[in-house]
Amino acid sequence: MTEPSVSPALPDPTAVPTADDATVVDESRRRLLTESLGIAASAIGFGFVYGLSARDAGFSPIEAMAMSTFVFAGAAQFAAVGYIASGLPWPAIVLLTALLNGRHLLYSAALAPWLRHVPFVRRAVMAHLLTDEAFALSIGHFRRIGRTDERGYWIAAVGATFIPWNLATFAGVTLGGQIPDPNSFGIDVIFPAAMIGLAVGLITGRRELAAAIVGAGVGVAVALLTSPTVGIIAGGLVGPAVGLLIPARVAHETAPLGSPASADRYSMPGRTRWRSGQEPPTEPGAQPDRPAPAEPEEDR
Amino acid sequence: MSVELVGLAVLMFAVTYPTRAVGLLAPGMERMPKLALAYLQLVGPAILTAIAAVSVMVRTDDTGATSFYIGVEWLAVAACLAIVAWRRNLFLGLIVAVAIVVVARAVGLSALPPS
Repeated sequence: MTEPSVSPALPDPTAVPTADDATVVDESRRRLLTESLGIAASAIGFGFVYGLSARDAGFSPIEAMAMSTFVFAGAAQFAAVGYIASGLPWPAIVLLTALLNGRHLLYSAALAPWLRHVPFVRRAVMAHLLTDEAFALSIGHFRRIGRTDERGYWIAAVGATFIPWNLATFAGVTLGGQIPDPNSFGIDVIFPAAMIGLAVGLITGRRELAAAIVGAGVGVAVALLTSPTVGIIAGGLVGPAVGLLIPARVAHETAPLGSPASADRYSMPGRTRWRSGQEPPTEPGAQPDRPAPAEPEEDR
Repeated sequence: MSVELVGLAVLMFAVTYPTRAVGLLAPGMERMPKLALAYLQLVGPAILTAIAAVSVMVRTDDTGATSFYIGVEWLAVAACLAIVAWRRNLFLGLIVAVAIVVVARAVGLSALPPS
């Protein structure tokens, strides 16, 4: 695989990153790595519990690892363990897996504008590694820097998730009960806490705030009426629709992507991110009638 | 060593991969209308908060029935949210969240989640 590129997302994919750009990317990558530590801890905990569950359900190590490698979707894998244990036929398991993983359609569509310049084959590999965690980490990173950073995606998808998940699965299915239940160490709370923390980083205006609040409310309501999976998908679909109802003129976008305000918002102090008079890159789908970006600010 | 379920894993992959790939690989995604792109920009905040809220507020029993759940996990997640909003430091937020849950469980204020 060739060196992943740091390519500007929009509007000009041919622009050459400046020294300032490179600094912003480096700082955002450091932040990404820190965030990845928490996600990796969560993946290790859940992966280990999955391995234990699979072992208890009669999976061999090869079978458990095949699930973690080929399917690589925690919720679907946990569900499959239960289905196998209860004797559900394979076609039903496959159908339920498709429904359970339907939310990935949203992730894929949301990342598409950012990754459109990545070569097809690499995008095809990226797709297999697209999980809740990879999406949350990478979209936050891209928005911080206002451009695509392919290496950032690999860090999120492979370093923070795929490797820890698979190593932990192997440990769980082979070591069994020799290691205490990770949930006794509070590992189970890392995932929802990480998701809400990463969502905070994406809220840069009233539209995002409305989408987040409505998404959570609709998600819980629908989950209680149907299932958690359906609830999450419903929240992900309805929240943005409600957010768009807020007119652009009152959206109060406080941190346009790639602007100094955005960089400061994401805690990368110590640099002037955008030179005076330089236009920050716009985000995919940026609204032309949004308020103009704030003037570049000096170091804090 | 049994490898029978490897076939099931491949079938599960076959239905999972398209959900992940269609947006990234389908031609023309970059030519979506602005409204669609604006909508997609809001998917992240909406779905991540939905995941977090459902994870801590909804429990599913062995029969698949769901119920509303109130527990110390709420406090832990809220603390993480507050720290990230205040300090912009997710890692610190996660540490605090875990600490709250561990302490609560150690002193008997909260039970382990069902496995």
